[in-house]
Amino acid sequence: METILEVNNVVKQFGGFTALSGVNVNVHKGERLGLIGPNGSGKTTLINCISGAFTDYEGAIHFNGQDISKLKAHERTKRGIARSFQIPRPFSSMTVMENLLVPFAFVGGKDGPEQQAEAMEILRGMGLADKAFVQSNQLSQVELRKMELARAMAAKPKLLISDEAMAGLSGNEVDEVLEILFDLNKLGITIIMIEHIMQAVMKFSERVICLDAGKIICEGTPENIVKNPDVQRAYLGD
Amino acid sequence: MKYSIYAFIALLGFLGLSLMNVNEYIFFAGFVILQFVVLATAWNILGGYAGYVNFGVPAFIAVGAYTAVVLFKSISAPLVVQIIGGGILAGLLGLTVGLLTLKLRGIFFSIATVAVVFILETVVMNWRYVGGATGLQLTRPQDLWIFDTYTRMLFFVMAVLAIGSVSIARYIQDSFLGRGLRAVRDSEEAAECSGVPTLKIKLIACTISGALMGIAGAPMPMYLSYIEPTATFNLNYSISALGMPIIGGTSHWIGPVIGALLLATIQQVVTVTVSNELNVLVVGVLLVLFVVLAPDGILGLIKKWKQSSK
Repeated sequence: METILEVNNVVKQFGGFTALSGVNVNVHKGERLGLIGPNGSGKTTLINCISGAFTDYEGAIHFNGQDISKLKAHERTKRGIARSFQIPRPFSSMTVMENLLVPFAFVGGKDGPEQQAEAMEILRGMGLADKAFVQSNQLSQVELRKMELARAMAAKPKLLISDEAMAGLSGNEVDEVLEILFDLNKLGITIIMIEHIMQAVMKFSERVICLDAGKIICEGTPENIVKNPDVQRAYLGD
Repeated sequence: MKYSIYAFIALLGFLGLSLMNVNEYIFFAGFVILQFVVLATAWNILGGYAGYVNFGVPAFIAVGAYTAVVLFKSISAPLVVQIIGGGILAGLLGLTVGLLTLKLRGIFFSIATVAVVFILETVVMNWRYVGGATGLQLTRPQDLWIFDTYTRMLFFVMAVLAIGSVSIARYIQDSFLGRGLRAVRDSEEAAECSGVPTLKIKLIACTISGALMGIAGAPMPMYLSYIEPTATFNLNYSISALGMPIIGGTSHWIGPVIGALLLATIQQVVTVTVSNELNVLVVGVLLVLFVVLAPDGILGLIKKWKQSSK
């Protein structure tokens, strides 16, 4: 299978604390990868290194065969990496539609009527068409999560990183977001999902990687991961 | 199109007024009010649209003013050249300050901009060519174009600069740049991850904002026929330049215009009827009231009123 993302021996330190110590990850084109691990294991740090929020790390990250290690986040977005945030970060002074027009303008270079129609299509796919002209600070939690995914989609990504997009949602809402992620994957978008809701991770992922204390402790199919003693120890303790 | 027509009508109105036989004080006070329109509008491009609070306004005004003085003293440059020169140098200062400080966020950026004021003031205090600490007296040239007095001409020039600045701010608001700056204000990290080159657009905003403050400062030496550093680097300019957009509303280009027209007019009335010292108090009290009671400014109040009356 063709590799879209290669994370090679990435080390990230915050002062004296090592958040990631030599992480290696390969992600294949079109794959649905789950990233799990207890709180503080380094999941979001790894995502921040991949998306470019952090660039002061050791090691290298290649995307589509090109070294993107020193690129800033907006340059990585232009190359096809988009993400949602653990705590939603809407552009709250803008409507939902305007939120989507930001990546259309800065990644695609246009935000005219054609892009607005395209944005509306994305919103329709997320079930947010009726909220297009609502101020984004008036959305509910699940709507915010969907809008973040829609905004990420407006950047036309090849790789979408969903950082706990289901946190704080009810069972039905989790299913809704999962369905959206499945639909996006069917469009050929590679998806990395960070999630604490294990049922969702197991249902969604083709492969799961478990991080603990900044290291990958195991990777494999969802079925194998849940049985892995290292994973059980990381989550439940000795 | 509609805006262009209004702007043109306003320009004709200012031209007509400056040619009319009315009390000269109107032009003297009007110059200051229009200068604050430019300053508030310029400040809002970075402070309002992007949320980066610049306390270094006097530094940019002073660069404009002292560039004008140097150009006038050295080559007898006409007013237009002084203004262009002041704008270019103040824009370059904006770019430099931006490069040095825009990686800092929140209060750190604001503190860094205050430092620029003190650094430049110290330089000017010790620069004898422009009068040093004691200041420099200037003789106005006789070139009055079609106007009866120099003050009337400066009033019209400042009106042109105000309309130009507002037009630029309006254009930015409706452009990619404005959308990007708003995204930066709401969430810089999300903006970056949405493809917005945050540092680049902040630098552009800082440069334009600085240049506009510089052009507002450039005609000042001729307006007063005198320049000295203590008044030019007065931090009250910062308070007014940020207070006016906050009171008017920072989210739209018209906000700073409303705030500046309102506050600067009140200040002029207070100066004439009560005392010059009360100026800052007026801005301060109104600023506190608006921050506490109406953080979205007059525009926010109008919006609320419209929503409640539906």
